[in-house]
Amino acid sequence: MQRRVVFDGKLLPYLLVAPQLAVTLVFFFWPAAEAVYFSTQRQDAFGLSTVFVGFENFAAVFADPGYLHSFQVTAIFSVAVTLLAMLPALLLAVMADRVVRFASVYKTALMLPYAVAPAIAGVLWLFLFAPGIGIVANALKWLGIDWNYLLNGNQALLLVIVAAAWKQLSYNFLFFLAGLQAIPKSLLEAASIDGAGGFLRFRTIVLPLLSPTTFFLFVVDVVYAFFETFGVIHAVTGGGPSKATEILIYKVYYDGVVGLDLGGSSAQSVVLMIIVIALTAVQFRYVERRVHY
Amino acid sequence: MATVTLSAVTKSYAGNAVIHGIDCVIEDGEFVVIVGPSGCGKSTLLRMVAGLEAITGGTIAIGDRVVNQVEPKDRDIAMVFQNYALYPHMTVFQNMAYGLKIRGLSRDAIRARVDKAAEILQLGALLERTPRQLSGGQRQRVAMGRAIVREPQVFLFDEPLSNLDAKLRVQMRVEIKRLQQRLGTTSIYVTHDQTEAMTLADRLIVLNGGIAEQIGRPIELYERPASLFVAGFIGSPAMNFLDGAAGDDGRVVLAGGTVLAATAPAGSGVTVGIRPEHLVPAAESEAAAHLHVDMVELLGADTIVYGTLGEGGPALLLRLAGIAQIAAGTRLPLGFPPEQLHLFDRATGKRL
Ligand SMILES: Nc1ncnc2c1ncn2[C@@H]1O[C@H](COP(=O)(O)OP(=O)(O)OP(=O)(O)O)[C@@H](O)[C@H]1O
Ligand SMILES: [Mg+2]
Repeated sequence: MQRRVVFDGKLLPYLLVAPQLAVTLVFFFWPAAEAVYFSTQRQDAFGLSTVFVGFENFAAVFADPGYLHSFQVTAIFSVAVTLLAMLPALLLAVMADRVVRFASVYKTALMLPYAVAPAIAGVLWLFLFAPGIGIVANALKWLGIDWNYLLNGNQALLLVIVAAAWKQLSYNFLFFLAGLQAIPKSLLEAASIDGAGGFLRFRTIVLPLLSPTTFFLFVVDVVYAFFETFGVIHAVTGGGPSKATEILIYKVYYDGVVGLDLGGSSAQSVVLMIIVIALTAVQFRYVERRVHY
Repeated sequence: MATVTLSAVTKSYAGNAVIHGIDCVIEDGEFVVIVGPSGCGKSTLLRMVAGLEAITGGTIAIGDRVVNQVEPKDRDIAMVFQNYALYPHMTVFQNMAYGLKIRGLSRDAIRARVDKAAEILQLGALLERTPRQLSGGQRQRVAMGRAIVREPQVFLFDEPLSNLDAKLRVQMRVEIKRLQQRLGTTSIYVTHDQTEAMTLADRLIVLNGGIAEQIGRPIELYERPASLFVAGFIGSPAMNFLDGAAGDDGRVVLAGGTVLAATAPAGSGVTVGIRPEHLVPAAESEAAAHLHVDMVELLGADTIVYGTLGEGGPALLLRLAGIAQIAAGTRLPLGFPPEQLHLFDRATGKRL
């Protein structure tokens, strides 16, 4: 039996959730509402007058080849980041789970990227890969690879994918490790007595039992790739060269803040919001049902 | 079917010895129970047979094959774990079929074996459920089913009944015994419950602090315990122990002055053991001593009398068949049947 603390009075519960609600209201609902509002308005070039234009901004956005290109980039980017953040994290977690000596040293080291702010992480990768001065860039040049992500769009995309995935690796690692450690040892022992070798045990016991963790991380990583990678991209490529790394969230910023197209930018962010809501809903509805046991 | 041979088996964890050299040959088809208090190394020993713990010293052979370096999966054993260790994401059928599938049996063969096991264990209606939809007793049976479908050389059980309630435990105990007799598979069973041990075992290994105190048939251990530890561990309620000493003529005299019809090497300190069910009320004229009764428990089938030997003497338990109306405070004349006395060297704890 769980003991529950019961408070008298109606006010206290509201008071306790009030700070959280206030934060959510100010930093989420208010901007979201503003975005929805501005997505139906058009401002003149000087910001002096706005008129209601209905869905015109949306029509313009979807007619823009740059926007569709950004969609494509985002798809590649988010799939690649999610995979690249999850698979190595799982591998590292499996290995860290087996380490007996100095386990905490490894774990701490693997946690470090998470403690680094996105923009700083971006700058770190910038230093490593900057053509001409970066250590890795020079090593690549020495190996005969023509490395210049400032000119080569594919290289730029690869670089921001790796940088963004690296940043998220720790988070995934931590959850995978916790997930692995929550699997009772006796299950694996039973499987090995049943005749399963290491790889088979992993595939038939560990992976299925990790699936709730995997699913959770998948959702978190996709959302991360969509939204939280702004800092990395801003620091490393600024969306370039020639929009090769301009994912949707970056385009929202660029068109709105740099291009001063408030209506178009708002329409984009509304689209983005709908995408993420839909994505999450679909994931929870169809994937979650299969991963619980 | 196979014998299991333990030769001078030892185990240490980081230099700490927990098993100190066990020798035992478990015959083909035999049901051996390893019993002992918590922490004595029962699970460790069993897990070494299973291959889940490395063997520090000595050898373990299954059949003629020394298995020290053999992986668990290649030992042809099956194990029932204390927490059952059922695969939570698989149905009962899949749980039982898992090992067979890995061994590459055909679908029909798997179906046939699982159905047979399910019938023996009355699991037929549960095959499509997952473990969390089962009661404790049903889970236990699935764990048994998973072991028997494999038709292994040896069954290993690590306290498989300890998570069940008392009634179910008795019922499953009988089922396990029946099943083992029917299948005739060599079995090693770990428990700390001496009733389970006595009822299931063809032979018992009493383990104490990583040492096999005694190995033998349950009745042998009951009738001739080799040490104080075994004497106190086997039998319920536990044996009474009384301090005594052998006089110059070798006759054993209890601390209270009671002279017993038993002899020991002259001048030695002895501990005298007698089981509660072997003490007998005597006529006043023939009484060797008196029990000062503190408390009486009427259990119906028998009566347990608590008291002390003489006023303020050592505690003594008496068990009488049937219902005996004895009031607290009574002074009960007792006899010590000489053939039921167990004498132990007080210094070494060994039987004299
Ligand atoms: N992995 C380990 N590392 C160090 N010591 C261990 C380890 N496993 C067991 N031991 C020690 O070995 C001894 C025997 O443990 P074991 O689990 O075999 O006891 P047991 O007889 O099965 O007890 P119980 O009835 O409580 O299950 C204990 O003293 C325990 O502390
Ligand atoms: Mg144990």
